[in-house]
Amino acid sequence: MKTDSTFEKLAWPVGFGLLVLVLWEIGVRVFGISPAILPAPSAILAAMAGSLPILWEDWVQTVVKGALNGLWMGSLAALVVALVIDRFDFLKRGLMPVANFFAALPIVGLAPIMVMWFGFDWQSKAAVVAVMVFFPMLVNILGGLAAVDPMQRDLMRTYGASHVQTLRKLRGPAALPFVFNGLKIATSLALIGAIVAEYFGSPIRGMGFRITTEMGRLATDMVWAEIVVSAVTGTALYGLVAGIEKRVTFWHPSQRGS
Amino acid sequence: MNKIVPVLTVLAVLIVIWYAAAVKMNSTWTFDQAERAGTEVSFSELVTDTMSQTRPLLPAPHQIATELWKTTVEKKITSKRSMIYQGSITLKTTLLGFGFGIVIGIALATVIVLSRVGRLTLMPWAIISQTIPIVALAPIIVVLSNAAGTGTLMVPKAIIAAYLSFYPVLVSMVKGLSSPDQMQLDLLKTYGASQRDVFWKLRLPSSMPYFFASLKVSVAAAFVGAVVAELSTSAIAGLGARMLIGSQFGEPMIMWAALFAAAILAAILIFLVGGFEKLARYMMGGRAV
Repeated sequence: MKTDSTFEKLAWPVGFGLLVLVLWEIGVRVFGISPAILPAPSAILAAMAGSLPILWEDWVQTVVKGALNGLWMGSLAALVVALVIDRFDFLKRGLMPVANFFAALPIVGLAPIMVMWFGFDWQSKAAVVAVMVFFPMLVNILGGLAAVDPMQRDLMRTYGASHVQTLRKLRGPAALPFVFNGLKIATSLALIGAIVAEYFGSPIRGMGFRITTEMGRLATDMVWAEIVVSAVTGTALYGLVAGIEKRVTFWHPSQRGS
Repeated sequence: MNKIVPVLTVLAVLIVIWYAAAVKMNSTWTFDQAERAGTEVSFSELVTDTMSQTRPLLPAPHQIATELWKTTVEKKITSKRSMIYQGSITLKTTLLGFGFGIVIGIALATVIVLSRVGRLTLMPWAIISQTIPIVALAPIIVVLSNAAGTGTLMVPKAIIAAYLSFYPVLVSMVKGLSSPDQMQLDLLKTYGASQRDVFWKLRLPSSMPYFFASLKVSVAAAFVGAVVAELSTSAIAGLGARMLIGSQFGEPMIMWAALFAAAILAAILIFLVGGFEKLARYMMGGRAV
């Protein structure tokens, strides 16, 4: 089996993406598809270039204010709760199944309720996102804290390490791969939550708001422009988390050897 | 079985907190009403009133239970207000999307495992696909499938559900199909087995445990996808649509009932698929866990 060179790792997916774009452009032109149904990539690009201030304003409203605020609130809350639960075995046994169950629920359904509670602005979006990311983060952090094998824990005990010391030097680092795993899930959930919550009411800016209103007046190129922005944002956030993971958990088997 | 007591304790505590929060959050309205009427509210009056408002900020658990009972058992199944009717539509979307998701997941995994170019090309895009917020794409999917002449909302909703549910299957199947080690592959080579034989007789059977393990995650994702689809395609039927309607008409009880119906349905689905997974593992000669 040949090994993959860095060039190949980049060239194939990028080439595939470009191929799709070219076929799309040709297809739209050849078949004369109405721009209200499917605009050509060039038209989408033109729409993006023509409305940068609007896209920027929507991005700040939805991603920075809604998604990122919710993301840090939810993750921080999950971290605090996880550290508390971790100290009490009874709580751990009781909350783990409940949290696991909640993590599988369509929590995004809370969006209309959060809008009712916190109003139309970004606070309600951040609240939806915080609740959505809380359970996957909690489950992953708790799973990570339990990932240390008993031998290592015993070793820490023979060193006379306190709970906090064990946490800082052994269990914390060991939990990091799980935390990053949770963060990867959480970033994509955060964008979904922030956008869906805007369907239930928002000030006159935001990506979800823009998508619904522009769709309503068949300005499909603008909808696609927002999709491109959200796709790039989602991928960039994921890449950011993966990049930090690579630097912080360089010692983990999954990060070595590639 | 040492989990039951702690789980029940945690649930009981959650319910107590819920009641307390309901009293606290709904009290504003009660005090407001009392002030307008020029009366004082005693604590017991406060508690009874906050438990029985028709448009509470946070309904008490028993109110939701009553609402659910009314909309499931006491309503005819054919009624638009029946949660069973709405749930069945969401369920249909979920299962359709789940089915699509499994097929797409397995197909992509097969390409990825069998071809080096396929792996290099598709794997990054599969990961990227999950970082794109599907809700942004939802209106476009509706428009495109309408243009393709599908007619109903069911197809776009199922596509959205499939978009979320194919990924767990894909990841597990890639792992599973590449789980046979070099020794086993070499053995088949000495038998003179063709690529096809290796796939059908070695790779596919050894991927099955991975496949069944991914189903539970996948069905949960499909369900979330179905609800998200109903929320974001302005559907008129389904549990997500009930949430929309409750929000638009200012009827919080409908929202809460739909939310809980969704939670119960998700629980049933995950339980059933989990049972199926155990059964499959047992039939394949694994230990019943």
